[in-house]
Amino acid sequence: MDAGARWNVHQSGPEGGPVLLFAHGFGCDQHMWRHVAGAFEDEFRVVLFDLAGSGGSDLASYDPDRYASLRGHAEDVLELCDELGLEDVTFIGHSVSAMIGVLAAVAEPSRFARLVLVGPSPRYTDVDDYRGGFSAEDIDGLLESLDDNYLGWAESMAPVIMGNADRPTLGAELTSSFCRTDPEVARHFARVTFTSDNRADLHQVTTPTLVLQCREDVIAPQHVGEYVHQAIPGSRLTVLDATGHCPNLSAPDATTAAIADFLRGT
Amino acid sequence: MPSRDAYGDFRAALLADDPDKLYDQAPCGYLSTTSDGLVVKVNQTFLTWTGLARDDLVGQRRFAELLTVGGRMYHETHFAPMLHLQGAVREMALDVLLADGETLPVLVNAVLERAPDGTPLVVRVALFDATERRQYERELLRARRSAEAAETRALALARTLQQTLIPPEPPEIPGLDVAAVYRPAGDGAEVGGDFYDVFQVTDDDWVFVLGDVSGKGVDAAVLTSLIRYSVRGLAIRMAEPSDVLRELNSLLLARDVSRFCTLALLRLARVGAGWRLEASFGGHPPAVVLRPGARSLRFGASGFLVGVFDDVEFTTSRLVLGPGESLVLYTDGVTDAQNGDAHFGEERLMDLLEVLGPHPDSLVRGVLAEILDFQDQPRDDIAMLAVHVPTEEPPG
Repeated sequence: MDAGARWNVHQSGPEGGPVLLFAHGFGCDQHMWRHVAGAFEDEFRVVLFDLAGSGGSDLASYDPDRYASLRGHAEDVLELCDELGLEDVTFIGHSVSAMIGVLAAVAEPSRFARLVLVGPSPRYTDVDDYRGGFSAEDIDGLLESLDDNYLGWAESMAPVIMGNADRPTLGAELTSSFCRTDPEVARHFARVTFTSDNRADLHQVTTPTLVLQCREDVIAPQHVGEYVHQAIPGSRLTVLDATGHCPNLSAPDATTAAIADFLRGT
Repeated sequence: MPSRDAYGDFRAALLADDPDKLYDQAPCGYLSTTSDGLVVKVNQTFLTWTGLARDDLVGQRRFAELLTVGGRMYHETHFAPMLHLQGAVREMALDVLLADGETLPVLVNAVLERAPDGTPLVVRVALFDATERRQYERELLRARRSAEAAETRALALARTLQQTLIPPEPPEIPGLDVAAVYRPAGDGAEVGGDFYDVFQVTDDDWVFVLGDVSGKGVDAAVLTSLIRYSVRGLAIRMAEPSDVLRELNSLLLARDVSRFCTLALLRLARVGAGWRLEASFGGHPPAVVLRPGARSLRFGASGFLVGVFDDVEFTTSRLVLGPGESLVLYTDGVTDAQNGDAHFGEERLMDLLEVLGPHPDSLVRGVLAEILDFQDQPRDDIAMLAVHVPTEEPPG
């Protein structure tokens, strides 16, 4: 299966332009970049994709063994770059994809020009002196929340497909799979994401890196963003005056500006 | 039927109901927050349910902070993105933290209101008590999970059974080349009815069995197992293949099941440079014998099905298989293979065998490849056994 179908790749902007590869976080899909990616289309070759198991990716090829750690997704990123012929890539990863980008850039530094890590966390659970912000029970709580929303999975497609006027649906380009995927896959991905520990990988990053941190973020608190910034040699930290874990949605203009500033400066 | 007056009174009371009361005493929790979740207005129902004080909420807490930690994570990764991109969230299952430390399962609907220029203004959140519904759904989910686990176990069991029924490779027999293939119909999830067996009675005296048990699934697998071990026992006691089939027929009839089988039983004894063949067939396609420089020929009479009729006779056919000659046994999955209305058929098989011969391995693999290529879908199991008498003794 080609990259386009396997990861639901969407490209825009000039084909020969410098490459921006946007990767979404846990929970939803590439539409998370909807209010940001467009701003770069004039100048850059913008590439969007869905992580295996999310959005419009090929669910049939989701292999729990391959994706038992974030490395499987990082290998996907490298395969995708290879297949699409992407060089000097600026990888912009939100949430868990920040660490996927770190792993990919450590594995094949020559492929990447820059890394932009939006709301990164190298480890979500507390250990020793490290404060990820969550306990193992909290992660179980998330899995329970996923389960509690399990039954709604199939039925929830209907109103979106019907396009009921009473319920404002997404634009035509948005698919019904947004924030929805096979519950078992979501559960597996949640466990892999929130039990990962990539602290040791941060020190090995040689790619110029921007850490984009929200002022208030429950999932990746500010001190975690600072930890990532300290651990990646020469990285830059920008704190956005935004609340929540998704500045790409809640503060798209500030997010776009910070990325653009970084692209100009490096 | 209420009287006209009662209805009038009711309407009057409803109109007198002031909006604040409608809001505060609505049968659902109702919150308004800023676009980033800070609570700006809350109704009494929510306060009553949670035991929280209005002053501790309004201007103080974000909606996500009212949830369990797991719920907060779900909020950040699902609720907030959906609200921003879709403008609404429907029937999301979350748990609200109560003042006394307990939790309240709720179903949440929310809408994001925007200014005409698209700026997010306010989020309106309605929460419905879902305590009983949640319990029911969790039970449903548990039932679903256990059903899925049972299915996985059944599948694994079917595969294991299948493995026990098929010898992986026929044994090495001095002075005889042997090959076999087996291909279950479908995706291999169900135990098929075809089987084969090759075993030794004494030195240079071997029995070959190829059979097809009616039906599929565990019952068929149990019967296959029974037949296979019965034939082993009978063949050691009885020299004549037709006697073995007759005994097996009685044995199957004695069982209170409506299943039957087709069977080819071959006894091969070494005589000089060749092998003496004694064969009996019960409702089974005859074997095909390949001779160098001659046309292939059918060997054996297909006879009665085993396990159907009380009073049946089986016959034994005899033949000597000389050096350079081969014999092929197959189940009807080969000749019955279908492409549209066309069957693969016996003629096509005989022609193909002549082209492929004489080595057993190329015979069985060649036919299997041809069948898989021919048929539009795998309707039936395919099993084949082939033997060949080498022209020269291999060194050693």
